[in-house]
Amino acid sequence: MNAKEAALSLEGVRKSFGSVEVLRGVDLNVGEHEVVCLIGASGSGKSTLLRCVNLLERIDAGRIFLHGKEITHGVDANKVRRRVGIVFQAFNLFPHMTVLRNVTLAPTRVLGKSRAEAQAEAIALLERFGLADKRDEYPDRLSGGQQQRVAIVRALAMRPDLMLLDEVTSALDPELVAEVLSVIQELADGGMTMLIATHEMSFARDTADRVCFLDAGRILEQGPPEEIFTRPREFRTQQFLERIIAAGRL
Amino acid sequence: MSVDAETSSANRRSRILGDLQGGRNIAVAVASTVVFFAVVIVVIINSAGWPEVRKAFFDRQLFTGSFPEIARAFLLNVRIFCIAEVVILVAALGIAVLRGLPGPVLFPFRLLAVVYTDLFRGIPTILVIYILGFGAPALQLSGVPNSPFFWGVTALVLVYSAYVAEVYRAGIESVHPSQEAAARSLGLSHAKTLRFVIIPQAVRRVIPPLLNDFIGLQKDSALVALIGPIEAFRQSQIDVAATFNYTPYLATALLFLLLTIPLARLTDWLVARDRRRQSGGGLR
Repeated sequence: MNAKEAALSLEGVRKSFGSVEVLRGVDLNVGEHEVVCLIGASGSGKSTLLRCVNLLERIDAGRIFLHGKEITHGVDANKVRRRVGIVFQAFNLFPHMTVLRNVTLAPTRVLGKSRAEAQAEAIALLERFGLADKRDEYPDRLSGGQQQRVAIVRALAMRPDLMLLDEVTSALDPELVAEVLSVIQELADGGMTMLIATHEMSFARDTADRVCFLDAGRILEQGPPEEIFTRPREFRTQQFLERIIAAGRL
Repeated sequence: MSVDAETSSANRRSRILGDLQGGRNIAVAVASTVVFFAVVIVVIINSAGWPEVRKAFFDRQLFTGSFPEIARAFLLNVRIFCIAEVVILVAALGIAVLRGLPGPVLFPFRLLAVVYTDLFRGIPTILVIYILGFGAPALQLSGVPNSPFFWGVTALVLVYSAYVAEVYRAGIESVHPSQEAAARSLGLSHAKTLRFVIIPQAVRRVIPPLLNDFIGLQKDSALVALIGPIEAFRQSQIDVAATFNYTPYLATALLFLLLTIPLARLTDWLVARDRRRQSGGGLR
């Protein structure tokens, strides 16, 4: 697969914050309808990588392509972001708006849909993910799992063709993780192209088409989940997985 | 833990009555208040100069005589600060937004906002009123009102917009950056992010300090008298000059208090309500 065929393609992406180089030349392709999981220790650059794809961070070097079209420089970031949804670890719902307003804000104000149309679509999405009865609640009234599902619905309401998920279950109580993962599983089954940074190794093993191990700002190793999780080639990958197993997370 | 949390939230219910729990505490509070004020009153009444002061400041007849006229003049104060407050609410938000504009191209606007707030927070209000009140009409600009009322209000707007802009800015900066990231990630522009996500949250947070500034503004409406308009303070000065008795000043003070005290209580109530909401909010 080359940059022309991939839904998303990164070539030699570098990003520094001050004197700290977080990404040190990342090459990555994500195909249409492919689910790619990024694993790696905290600080290995997973979140930064996702934020760079969404243009929330500007990269220092390298190139990023979306469906073969370069988006590295000189593009309208707002237009790119319409097609690339991102869901954050801390939900980041708008606390002063109801669930329904959270979901309809961007469709009405960015895509210019009528309120009625946006609401009808939002309600359909909320129903699909078991949130229909929460439409008039404020985010603070919802559980963490419900908030994160609303955040996913909010991103989906823009009908993105690529979803970036940034450790979306890391801020949740353990008993709430499953409801969010099942939503992501459903998206994967529906053919959504996704790039997922996660600490949930069993989820990565079950859902991902491909797993990338990120270490010190580089993709050290990648392959089908069964290969990465059972026969990792790199010593650093083995080390990381041993720590995960010792912590009871796999 | 829950018992502790409940008592502490009950204590925060009101700044004044907060720790008055149970009959005994209330009795003690009442007794100490009565004793305290009794002592103050006794000391004042028994002071050597009291009979003179009483005549000069507490003349009942003069009070009732001058009050209606001063109250009428006070309506001008109300007009001054009502107009000023509406303009300030809008202008100050504009300045705060200018100051937060991103990117190197927009640096001049940021600079302008910084210079503006520095300038008008740095000059005493009374000087701004004098300079505008006497200077601006002398320019004889066509199409611009020459009335001291207009320039007095303008001076107050200029000074207080600088303060209120800083209040807004603090509010805008208190909204977590992740809110902006979330809005921008949905494709909202900087302007739309401010309008729909950042500013609504910021304004809610700054209502108490904003009302606090408005209390200051309401008092400073008396300064406009210095360039001519006969508002409550000026009217009381006229009455004092006519009778050589200071009672009209007291009437003016009372009028200001009647307006500022409810506003101060409203501010306190809003702060308390905000706190209650946050502590009762559950998951953030």
